[in-house]
Amino acid sequence: MVSDRSKLGFYLLLSPLLLWLVTLIILPHIGLFFVSISEKIGVREYETGLGNYAVFFNEPLYWRTFARTAFMSISTTVLTLVLGFPIAYYIAKLTRGRTKTTLFLMCLIPFWVSELVRTFGWMILLRETGVLSNVLQYTGLISGPVEFLYNDAAIMVGLVYTSILFMIVPLVTTLDSLDDSLIEAGYDLGGSGISILREIVIPHAMPGIVSGCIVVFMLSLGNYLTPILLGGKDSLWFTGLIYTQFITRFNWELGSAFGFLLLGLSSAVVFLGLKLSRQSLSNTMGR
Amino acid sequence: MAPTADLVCRDLTKDFDDFRAVDHVSFEVPQGSFFSILGPSGCGKTTLLRMIAGFQFPSSGDLLIKGNSMIGVGPNKRPVSMVFQHLALFPMMNIGRNVGFGLRQRGVSSSEIKARVGRVLERVGLPGIEDRQVDQLSGGQKQRVAIARCMVLEPDVLLLDEPLGALDLKLREHMKIELKTLQAEFNTTFVYITHDQSEALVMSDNIAVMNKGKFDQIGTAKELYYEPANAFVAGFVGDANRFEGKVTAVNGQIVSLVTGGGVELHAQATAGVPAIGQRAQIFVRPEAIALSKDPSQGSESPNASKRIVDSVLFNGANSMVILRDPKSGETIQVTLPQTGDLLGLTKGETVLAGWHPTQARCFASGGAVDGI
Repeated sequence: MVSDRSKLGFYLLLSPLLLWLVTLIILPHIGLFFVSISEKIGVREYETGLGNYAVFFNEPLYWRTFARTAFMSISTTVLTLVLGFPIAYYIAKLTRGRTKTTLFLMCLIPFWVSELVRTFGWMILLRETGVLSNVLQYTGLISGPVEFLYNDAAIMVGLVYTSILFMIVPLVTTLDSLDDSLIEAGYDLGGSGISILREIVIPHAMPGIVSGCIVVFMLSLGNYLTPILLGGKDSLWFTGLIYTQFITRFNWELGSAFGFLLLGLSSAVVFLGLKLSRQSLSNTMGR
Repeated sequence: MAPTADLVCRDLTKDFDDFRAVDHVSFEVPQGSFFSILGPSGCGKTTLLRMIAGFQFPSSGDLLIKGNSMIGVGPNKRPVSMVFQHLALFPMMNIGRNVGFGLRQRGVSSSEIKARVGRVLERVGLPGIEDRQVDQLSGGQKQRVAIARCMVLEPDVLLLDEPLGALDLKLREHMKIELKTLQAEFNTTFVYITHDQSEALVMSDNIAVMNKGKFDQIGTAKELYYEPANAFVAGFVGDANRFEGKVTAVNGQIVSLVTGGGVELHAQATAGVPAIGQRAQIFVRPEAIALSKDPSQGSESPNASKRIVDSVLFNGANSMVILRDPKSGETIQVTLPQTGDLLGLTKGETVLAGWHPTQARCFASGGAVDGI
C-alpha cells in the first residue's frame, strides 16, 4: 500500500517531464520523420520513400552547405575553447573573492540583451560605415571604407561571441574544483607550465571542456540569426536552407529531411567527440 | 671546514602587505637529519616552508640548499620536494604515473622510470601497486605514495607540511614511527612542520619552536622540554602548570614568587633572573610534581603543600589528577602514578604535592606571555 502510494507520487512528479518530452520533443519529431519520408508525386498525393534524402545527396549545394555548416561549427567550437580556456583559468584560479564575482558577472552581462540586439551591435562595429572601418581610415591604415560584414570571419566572430559564455561557465566550474596544491605539487616535482597544463589541468578540466564543447557546437550548428545577419545572403548556413524549404518553398517534406540530417550530424559529431575524449555523456553533463 | 649543511637560512624575512610573516629566521639543517618546525597556527611556519619550496620568495635574507643560493630559483628547479598537507596526489593518474611524474619531467626513459618507480614503491612497503587508482588506497598508503613520489627524485631536502593532520589518531601514531623509519632508510634531510608537539618531539633530531614569525628556540626535543628558553616554549612544548605572581626573593637562580592567591612558590630561572618586585611566571611539568598521601612526609620540599583532589582524569598510563589549593582555589594538573596507595585516589581526599625548585622554570613576565 505504502509502496503503491510512493510510486504514484513518483509518477506524478515525473509527469510534467514526460509530458514535455512527449508532446514537445518526441511527437513533433515523429511527425517530422513521417513528413520527411513522404514524397510528393502529385497534388495531395504522397508516397513513402527516401526521395527527399536522395535530393539532398544529389544536389551539391545542399550537401556542401551541410558540410560547410559542420566545419564552421567545429571551428567555432575549437576557437571558443581556445579563447575561453585562458579566461576561465584566470577567473577560476588567479582571482579571488569580489574580483572573481565581478569578472564572472562581466562575462554574463552581455547575455541580458537578446541575441538579436547583440548581433546588431556587431553589425554597427563591422559594417562599411561602422566603427572599425572608420577607426582604420582615421589612423590611415586603410584609404577607403572596407566592408567587414558578410564573410565567414564575421560569422565566426558572431558565433564565438554568442556562445563563449556557455564554454566559460562549465570550465570555471571544473577548474574551480581543481585543488591549487595539485598545480603546486606539479611545479614542485619539476613540471613546467606546459606539462602541468597537459598532465594535470586539462585532464581534470576534461568533463568541463567536453560539456562546453557540446553546448557550443549545438548552439552554433542550430544558430540561424547570427549567420544570416553577419553572413548576409550568401551565408549558406544549413538552418537557413531548412528555413527556406519550410517558409519560402512550402516544401515541408524536404525541410523535414534536412532537419533529420542535421539531427544526425549533431548526434554523430557529439558521439565522435565523446569517443575521442574518452568521456561519457553522463560524466560530462551530469555534473 | 665542516661539510656544508643541506639547508641554510640566513635572516630570512617575508613581509606581506601589512604584517611580517617570517621575521629574520636563521637556521641550519645538517645532512640526513630530521628537523621540525613547531608552532601554533598562524606563526608563519607554512610561509617559511613555502619559501624553502620556492612558492614564495623572501623579502630579504638568503636561502641556501647544498651551498647554492635559491633566491630567484623557481620551485621546479630546486632540489627539494614537498609532501603537501593533503598530499596532492594527482587523481587523474594511477599510482605508477603519479610517482613517475617527476621523472617524466626530467626526460628519463620510460623503461628506467618503470624500474625506479617500482624500486621506490618497494622501499616504502607498497610493491606492485602501480596500476591502482589514488582513491583505491587507504590514508596511510596515500601517505607513503606521496613520500615515494618525492623520494624517487632523490631530493636533497624533503619538506613535509603537516602531512599527518588529515589522518585519524591511531594511524597518526603509527605513521610517526613510520616516517622516522623512512627518513632513516632514505637518509635524506627532512624538514617537517607541525603544530602537534608530540609529532615533533617523537620524530625530530632538532626542533625549532616558532612564534609570531620568529624562532624562539632551536634544540633537541629534550632541550626544549627540560630547558625551555622562554615562557612561550615552556608553555607550548609539553604540558605545564603555569603560575603567575610577584617575585619576593631571589637566591642565586632560585626565585621565590607569591601568586595572586597568596601561595609562595619556588622555581629556577635559567634564562635571566627577574628582579624582586617584578611579575614572573612559573612553569611546572605535571610529571615533576610528587604526590604523597601521608601529609607528614616530604615537607622538606619548599613547594610542598596540602591540596584537595578536585577530580581524577583516568586515562591508563596517562592518568592525571587535578588538585585544588584550599587557600587560593588555584588548581594544578599532576600526573597520577598508577602505583601504591595513589591508585585508589578519589575526589575530596587531601594529598601532599610538591616539587623541587630545579624542576620548575621561572621566566619574567614580558611581552611573550600570551601565546598559549
